[in-house]
Amino acid sequence: MTYRLALRDVCIWRGGLPVIEHLDLDLEAGGALLLSGCNGAGKTTLLRTLAGLLRPRSGTIRLGGETLADAPPRGWLGHADALKPALTACENLAFAACHHRDRNAAIEAALARLDLAALAEMPARMLSAGQRRRLALARLSLSPARLWLLDEPSVGLDAVSVARLGALLADHRAAGGMIVASSHVALPLPGAAGLVLG
Amino acid sequence: MRRLFAAAIVRELRLALRHAGDSLAAVLFFALAAALFPLALGPGPALLARMATGTVWVLALLAALLPLERLYGADHEDGGLDELLAAGLPAPAIAAAKMLTHWLACGVPVIAASVPVQVMLGAAPTPVGLAALALGTLCLSLIGGVAACVSLGARRGTLLLPLLALPLATAPLIFGAAAADAARLGLDATSDLALLAAFLCAALPVCPLAAGLALREG
Repeated sequence: MTYRLALRDVCIWRGGLPVIEHLDLDLEAGGALLLSGCNGAGKTTLLRTLAGLLRPRSGTIRLGGETLADAPPRGWLGHADALKPALTACENLAFAACHHRDRNAAIEAALARLDLAALAEMPARMLSAGQRRRLALARLSLSPARLWLLDEPSVGLDAVSVARLGALLADHRAAGGMIVASSHVALPLPGAAGLVLG
Repeated sequence: MRRLFAAAIVRELRLALRHAGDSLAAVLFFALAAALFPLALGPGPALLARMATGTVWVLALLAALLPLERLYGADHEDGGLDELLAAGLPAPAIAAAKMLTHWLACGVPVIAASVPVQVMLGAAPTPVGLAALALGTLCLSLIGGVAACVSLGARRGTLLLPLLALPLATAPLIFGAAAADAARLGLDATSDLALLAAFLCAALPVCPLAAGLALREG
């Protein structure tokens, strides 16, 4: 069976109110989906559900033939960067790199990829908002997951960094990965399907 | 899965090391609060020695509450918890890693500080008493973790946390202090120690599962 993400008749409720109703969705390996919609339309809620952080009220979500509960890990980039201010850039990536055989080399490569090599030993609290976002992207690039879920990934990034993000996403898709992203601005995701919520 | 859990423990320990001030604050609170008792009760050695064990146990319990909020709250606020969950680490494993870190970063320093504190209060520390305190602080780390996870995201979590943790901590407090007191008086502490260990055995699987449930739903 080919690796794919499939949602069937998914309803998601938040705080006693329906946010997403009867959603059907298919995403093939190498595919990308761009979520759009006004504020509060449920973009983040859908991403969190796909990440396994929220449970849908009804319907099934299957990833590569498995239900979501026992599906493999997801690459997650939320609104918050989830960086620890007291740890250095390197140390912030240590947990995400635990799947790699040579962790230090993997971390170095991920930092270089996002042009953060010079800041490797800098505590995260010293980084600017854009650098913190790049560090969060470097952590994402270490994830072994095939499904990446990105909530406004380009927030705070300059044009050069957006191009780097584009290359990162293109490589992931070329390797058979899948991407679901939400954004209010254009993302470097050529050929992505669109889904308007709300 | 095992690799993820090991990496989570390394992550927690590294953070605890960077935030060593939290552990230091707990230990200093423990020592300073103990030093207040002779000032308030008067320097009578008999009374202080009689109260030493109870003082140490109650203060160890209170000191254990201090680092809880940052240990659990920071990951809740900055999205770290989402990252750990999305990486495929089960919520009870996250809670267990944090509970272990709490014991190593707060429980163990408090046990060490209890030796000079007991000497100060005129009661010689006993090996059985210290063993009971080790088991007791482990219980407190487990219970405190559940309370911290349940109160995560609550508007007045800081107030809720001790109100949830303290009632749950009565059983280890009773048996632990009784065991330590019996040992100090040269009596047999086996039954109290066994009951304390039994509580720990029950808490070891139950507390991470309960805390994990609260983390998921939080």
